[in-house]
Parts: sequence; C-alpha cells; structure tokens
Amino acid sequence: MSSARRVVITGLGATTPLGGSFADTWDGLLAGRSGMRTMDFPWVEEFEMPAKFAALLHTSPEEVLSKVECRRMDPSTQYAMVAAKDAWADAGAPDVDPIRFGVAIGTGMGGLHTLLGQWDILREKGVRRVFPLAVPMLMPNSPSGTVSLNFGARAGAHTTVSACASGAESMGTAYEMIRAGRADIAIAGGTEAAIHPICFAGFCQMQALSTRNDDPTHASRPYDTGRDGFVMGEGAGVLVLESEEHAKARGARIYAEFAGIGMSADAHHITAPEPEGAGASRAMVEAVERAGLTPADIIHVNAHATSTPVGDVAEANAIRRAFGDAADGMAVSGTKSMTGHLLGAAGALEGVITAKSIAERIAPPTINIVDFDPAISLDVVRDTPRDLPAGDIAALNNSFGFGGHNVALVIKSY
Amino acid sequence: MAASEQEILEGLAEIVNEETGLDQGDVQLDKSFTEDLDIDSLSMMTIVVNAEEKFGVRIPDEEVKNLKTVGDAVSFIQKSQG
Repeated sequence: MSSARRVVITGLGATTPLGGSFADTWDGLLAGRSGMRTMDFPWVEEFEMPAKFAALLHTSPEEVLSKVECRRMDPSTQYAMVAAKDAWADAGAPDVDPIRFGVAIGTGMGGLHTLLGQWDILREKGVRRVFPLAVPMLMPNSPSGTVSLNFGARAGAHTTVSACASGAESMGTAYEMIRAGRADIAIAGGTEAAIHPICFAGFCQMQALSTRNDDPTHASRPYDTGRDGFVMGEGAGVLVLESEEHAKARGARIYAEFAGIGMSADAHHITAPEPEGAGASRAMVEAVERAGLTPADIIHVNAHATSTPVGDVAEANAIRRAFGDAADGMAVSGTKSMTGHLLGAAGALEGVITAKSIAERIAPPTINIVDFDPAISLDVVRDTPRDLPAGDIAALNNSFGFGGHNVALVIKSY
Repeated sequence: MAASEQEILEGLAEIVNEETGLDQGDVQLDKSFTEDLDIDSLSMMTIVVNAEEKFGVRIPDEEVKNLKTVGDAVSFIQKSQG
C-alpha cells in the first residue's frame, strides 16, 4: 500500500444555522444571510445573560431522524447524524467494504445537554429516573460511534477534541487514515450542540461573546472595527473523503482534492492566541508544504475569523507572517459572519465550505464590515461573493482552539 | 383507583412505543419483550421506570428478569396496585 495516496472529496453535508443541509447553507452564504436569532429560552432572562442571541440551528434534526432516534442521541450526535446522512447521500450513498470505511468526527464539548440534563434529573428525581443511555449519550465519542454504527463503518471511528479546531482536526485524521492505507473512504467532520446556559454563561464571563442584543444579525462582524466578540452557533459539517483510486473506480463526482494538513500548538496561554502568530503560521506553512504547494498557489483563505477584537488581528498577522507578500493574492472570507461560531464543528463546516468554494470557484462573502479595521492587512471578500480564477487553484482553511491548538487544511482543485 | 388489565396493557403499549417506536398494536399480552419485541436490557430499564411512574407502582430490579412477556408485566403491575 502506497503511503502517499491522494485523497479526494466526494460528499458535502451539514446542518447549520443557515439551513438543514449543506446545499441550503451554501445558498445562504452566497446570499450573505445571517443565521443569528434572539433566543427565547427561559434561562436567558432567568440568569440575566449578558448576550441574548445565538446562531441557532435552522432545522430540527427531527425532520431527518425518528423520534426514537432523537431520544437516544444527545443533540450533538443528532447533528452529526444529519450532516453525515447529507454528505453520504451527496456522495451517491455507495456500497463500500465496511472494513475499509472509517469515521472521524470531532466535538469541542461532547454531550453537554445530556450530562447536565441527567444531573438535574438525578438531583430532582433520584437515580431510578436517570436515563440508562445517559453515559453512551454524553460521551464525546458518541457522534463518531453512532455514525459508525449507523453506516456500518468498521475501519475505525475516531474523535478529535481540540476545542474550536476539533472539526478540522478530525478531517485531518480521516485524511491520514486514507493516506496511510487504513481506509478507502471515510465520513469526517465535527459537531457541536453547546447552547446550554452553563456554556453560554462561561463564554459570557470570559467576555468572549458579542452583546449586540438589539441587532443580532449584525453582531458577527469579523474585521470590522466595531466587532465585540463571537456569536455562539451550533450544528455539524461533514465531508466524505476517499482515496482517488476508490473514487475513480466507482465513478464518483470529485469536488476537490484534500491536499494537506498542518498542525501546531502555541504553548503560550490556555485561551489567548500567541500575539505574533508563530504557532498558527507554522501550521499554515506546514499545510501548504505538505500539499506540495507554494504560498502563491493559495488564492483563497477561509479564515477562523470569529469576530473577536484580539483573535482576528492575531490570525491576520499569522497569515502575513506565514506567507509574506504572497498573502496579497489571497481572497479571505470570514464565513462566521453568517454562520456564527460552531465551536467544535466550526472547522469542519468551514472545511466543507472551502471544498465547495474550490469546486464552484467562488469565495463566499464576509458580511457586516462597515468600518474595515486598518490593523488587518488582508484582501477580505466583503458583502458579496467573489469569483476565483480558472486553472489550478488551492485554498487554506484555518481553525484555532482554546488550548493553543492550530489546524490548517489545504484543499485544491481537481 | 386501580387500572384494569386492558388499561395497563394500553398504557404499557404507549410507553413501549415511545421508547422503541414499535406500533402500540404489536404490544400484546403473549409477546416476549426480548424475543418478539427485540427490546434490550437498557430499553427495558427505561420502560420499567416509566411504567412505575405511570401506574404508581414499584418494580424491583430483581423482579424485572421475571417479566418475560408483556402479560407478565401487566399482571405484576395489576397485583402491585393491590
């Protein structure tokens, strides 16, 4: 088995604040739509949350899964299942050898709703009322295990946990699985269902969330001087990755090539990005090198760009540090301006978006930039989509997570 | 007031349907939970606890293994109601 097999992308799936499928999400992105909504949960007022809105899932998983399935899955697993079904159908739902079929699905938080909901039940009603499936529902590998079980994928089911880089890292894990010859095809992505009062309160106390409560749809505004934090989102994004020969043998539609991944750790601070961007830029450089490309080949960046005052500048500096003048030729999109920040699913969703951007040769916009921050020296795609050039092109997708995790993916045209 | 056999059967069928998605009509007195209805031990635990709440009875853990059929469960609940 060759250790340098090429890996291609043959299926795109998602469920997001913009739509119940990746196709609907993509339409929303090109239209520049915001997925933010005011939350009407009683806990918002009960606990006087400083931020009162979020990027809530657009379509209930019950549209796709049965009532019984939903009862037995934490929302984080439900979202992963919906996105996996979407991606698998998009790949043509092929018949594959189960022992050559892998799964890698990351999550930042795991089954938070189950963990805390069952804890409430234990205290209020006692041990006999705790759901017997509480443990398999709350464990962070439940999404990958459940997808493996439902799709009959037996090459291995992996779970990466690296906060907001989890989803991107899982795609890298599946890519490595296929490259190393452990699998021919894999479902890879990330999922998150963390809009729970404790998680919300924690981010509020960090002052990480936007509090633009009177204007939620304009709250996520990467690169704008008025940005005041990220907007919490939920959902899942999934790719079907496949070895080139396997995809060709079955006549699959190939969107793009999954060309490389770079990873590093800051070892600087548990939450703050390293201000010079040394670790982040190292991940980006490594991803491009491992893809066998040069910075000049990268014509588009789907940035992490969460809309925090510090984070957006740190990433912009890291891109500049990594690529120097070549960064001038990169059209940069901050799609969290529309989707919100899906935490452990963010890098996965943006991986799916980047694959589609390369396939369609179109960079989605960054919305809500009214006063462009002069500290950002990047060519940002603003307001409306931008066409990408013909010929061989490649794009970079950045994800960074609390803990100092840096993950960069490179996806190129096929 | 204690529920009749028919009322208990119907109540149990609702609980089984909610837990497993099986048609309520499939939940009949002579059906085995494991053999006929394909209910595993984890689902059985949930059904037992929900039945306790619905009918105001207590079904001890050591008794659950004796409830092989739907009829066994209905009789046990009926007896426990006194």
